[in-house]
Amino acid sequence: MAIDQYLRKRFFPHIWCAGCGHGIVLNNMLRAVDQLQINQNEMVMVSGIGCSSRISGYVDFHSLHTLHGRALAFATGVKMSQPNLTVICPMGDGDALAIGGNHFIHACRRNMDLTAIVMNNRIYGMTGGQFSPLSGTGITATTSPQKTIDREFDIISLSLASGATFVARTTAYHYKEITNYIKEALQHPGFSVVEILSQCPTHFGRRNKQGDATEMLQRYRQNTTSIGSEAKQKNPELIERGIFRQETAPEYCAEYAELINRAQQS
Amino acid sequence: MEKPKVKEHHIKRSWCKGCGICVSLCPKGVLELNEEHKAVPANASQCVGCRTCERMCPDLAIAIELEQEHETTD
Repeated sequence: MAIDQYLRKRFFPHIWCAGCGHGIVLNNMLRAVDQLQINQNEMVMVSGIGCSSRISGYVDFHSLHTLHGRALAFATGVKMSQPNLTVICPMGDGDALAIGGNHFIHACRRNMDLTAIVMNNRIYGMTGGQFSPLSGTGITATTSPQKTIDREFDIISLSLASGATFVARTTAYHYKEITNYIKEALQHPGFSVVEILSQCPTHFGRRNKQGDATEMLQRYRQNTTSIGSEAKQKNPELIERGIFRQETAPEYCAEYAELINRAQQS
Repeated sequence: MEKPKVKEHHIKRSWCKGCGICVSLCPKGVLELNEEHKAVPANASQCVGCRTCERMCPDLAIAIELEQEHETTD
């Protein structure tokens, strides 16, 4: 298979449950790296803690499996010292926006050339199915037997408001979009956020009567639509998929190099 | 465009967890789960080489080999 060369096969079969959307993200993320012909010795994957963060163990890149919520902080250090490397940070929704919420918004603000992938399954899977800031209201989890009353973050609005210069969303069902958006994000010279709605049949699906993995994937097909589509105008409940922002702004590492240059000349 | 000829379905049995996504999403009903809950190409001759199973497999267990191998780009 085309993507076999990017895998640490000795760790397979992987730890994720049957039907987990994170595997689909890994599958199609590696196709993006393959299509861009990025040298795997120049790729760095930095992850935090959680089901999603196990991803860094499965790829044959430079990899860092770091503290909960701190993937972007470690990635910032890597990129500052080696700006020529391509740095990608796959995170879970809780890892990125609860434990790592502050790191996330400040990484967006700085516009360093990093690619953040938020694999949003709306639950803490590894620790047994607690609700997350992305669960939204009316969700059953181990910590909300009477259903959640907490409203959810909108990752796209948060990223846009915080200053990320590339922002996109898709789902585990739309595998071609996963590859295409990650390709765009990796090539984008600034901070990129790609949100990927990813099914957790074991905790989220089972507790909320959403059926098996295939049913959850079909739900993504039915509940989402392209940005600005006619369907969205008719049904505002639909979740939009697509590229919400793609613009260039001064990149942090380039600005820092410039700063050093100026200081040395004065 | 001529229909691509499929040479072989490479399925890593030990990686497959039997979630059934490939079985449900295959447009031609090529794949089935066997008694061990592993995906098998029961109707391989019906395969049109769309690679949906390969791309949607969360276990990265499936690879479709075409007669004239040319990688699809999307």
